[in-house]
Amino acid sequence: MIVAEQKGLDEIKNSLGDAKRVLIVGCGTCVTVCFSGGAKEAAVLGSSLRMSTQIDGQGKDVSEATVQRQCEWEYLDTIRDRVEKADIVLSLGCGVGVQALAEHYPDAVVVPGLNTTFIGLPVEQGVWAERCAACGSCMLGSTGGICPIARCAKQLLNGPCGGSSHGKCEVSVETDCAWQLIYDKLKAQDRLHLLMEIAPPKDWRTGRDGGPRKIVREDLRLPKTSEAPSES
Amino acid sequence: MSNTDATKSGSNLEKVLKAGDFAVTAELGPPKNADAEAVRAKARILKGFVDAANITDNQTAIVRMSSIAAGVLAHQEGVEPVIQITCRDRNRLAMQSDVLGAYALGLRNVLCLSGDHQSFGNHKQAKNVHDIDSMQLVHMVAELRDANRFQCGEEIKGVNPRFFVGAAENPFSDPIDWRPYRLGKKVKAGADFIQTQMIFNVPRFRDFMKRVVDLGIHEKTYILAGVGALKTPGMAKHMREHVPGIDIPDEILQRVEAVGKGIEDKAERTAAFQEEGIKICVELIQQMREIEGVAGIHLMAIEWEKVVPIITERAGLLPRSHWESERLKEAS
Repeated sequence: MIVAEQKGLDEIKNSLGDAKRVLIVGCGTCVTVCFSGGAKEAAVLGSSLRMSTQIDGQGKDVSEATVQRQCEWEYLDTIRDRVEKADIVLSLGCGVGVQALAEHYPDAVVVPGLNTTFIGLPVEQGVWAERCAACGSCMLGSTGGICPIARCAKQLLNGPCGGSSHGKCEVSVETDCAWQLIYDKLKAQDRLHLLMEIAPPKDWRTGRDGGPRKIVREDLRLPKTSEAPSES
Repeated sequence: MSNTDATKSGSNLEKVLKAGDFAVTAELGPPKNADAEAVRAKARILKGFVDAANITDNQTAIVRMSSIAAGVLAHQEGVEPVIQITCRDRNRLAMQSDVLGAYALGLRNVLCLSGDHQSFGNHKQAKNVHDIDSMQLVHMVAELRDANRFQCGEEIKGVNPRFFVGAAENPFSDPIDWRPYRLGKKVKAGADFIQTQMIFNVPRFRDFMKRVVDLGIHEKTYILAGVGALKTPGMAKHMREHVPGIDIPDEILQRVEAVGKGIEDKAERTAAFQEEGIKICVELIQQMREIEGVAGIHLMAIEWEKVVPIITERAGLLPRSHWESERLKEAS
């Protein structure tokens, strides 16, 4: 899932400026399961903003709406009236949700209420960890299902570096050394031969370094109107 | 190793190692400013006492004068530099460009490193690069020389950079079992020489080297054992507790600590610590010379360059080969 954290109340309030009518838009997908931007978090943030702006005299009119998926335009259609009535839209979606709102409603002023942090999973109650860097060319098959791009601080492909100590990364004792994990896994599976090969430099074009990415699936595209087969 | 007389790079360090002499390199840290004289002064201390000096590349992720610039200054003073290149700050374009420039400026050795993470340094907010890793960097620099082509595969038209290519290994980092194989991989990638992290636990290093020798890796590369000069007990403790892969046995730590006990005068106490640090270093060097597969030492006297002449003299490593006079002869 996409994991995000809510921004601090002060930063959120600052970003709202003088806007009177605030619509908080939550999202029912990733940020709901990571407890940062679902209906519940939207309601709590709404209450906080109402109370806080009452106390400081701003008295903002704050309401909330949560859509099932903020990253798809058709779900955003369900809140058109409310978006149009608001002076500002505070998105509790991930960065994609914020942009989907801004793109779908060009006249609306949309600001983010979350910091989108990573693609990861909950490793225990209340703890999420990064697992994927969306590099666009997955190599997990040769690394025991553990990603060195997302999980090694230096993105080493022939790791571990000299800073690996007692299974931890030199950057933080809180962080597992990805290459220790890879080594242990492949050793347990008797597949250490995979590490004997020198991994060549990665082709980063499939990642962000190749510029903004886009996938076109011709097999899924709808025929253009002019090319649509006639009914007769 | 090659049986031909020709060296790959023409570097002094390569000549010394190829001749079978026990090599000595030391560290020369560039200043945190633009003072050429600071580099020259350090180089003058080392001149004649080492075969080459490693010029660090923003070590511990702290901004310093560039290793190539400082390397050229050291070279002008008659000390052959080993240019460190880390993968932290540059991508493959910048690295190859630097390698071309360094060669054009007369430098002949590089040491390829991952680089300390920027969170240790003075620009913690920086974006790191790590476009390629140290293994791939070794291979890239070796291929610039041996295959006459850039990393992208394009042929180098004209002069190609012919470096003596080094890599690092930390024998006591985890996973311990994997380290000799990782060393083997670096050699396969093209590492002509290896420099290890500082070794204080010689029995453990012997075990490591035995595995390296059993794998035959020592016959395909030159391994320089890292030895450190402990300046103070505080430094020893700090390294033991905070630097991954540095294993300072209790016995050595106790020796450094014990020597200062009962000495009231601060200067005298410091002198006693330093004398003990030098003694330990000399003993370590002597033990390293006995280990099969060790082709030389890399002496890390961090910000303590002036001790290098003392240690090399006491360890019986002098005189060093007369590269400088050879160079002058060639020039005249």
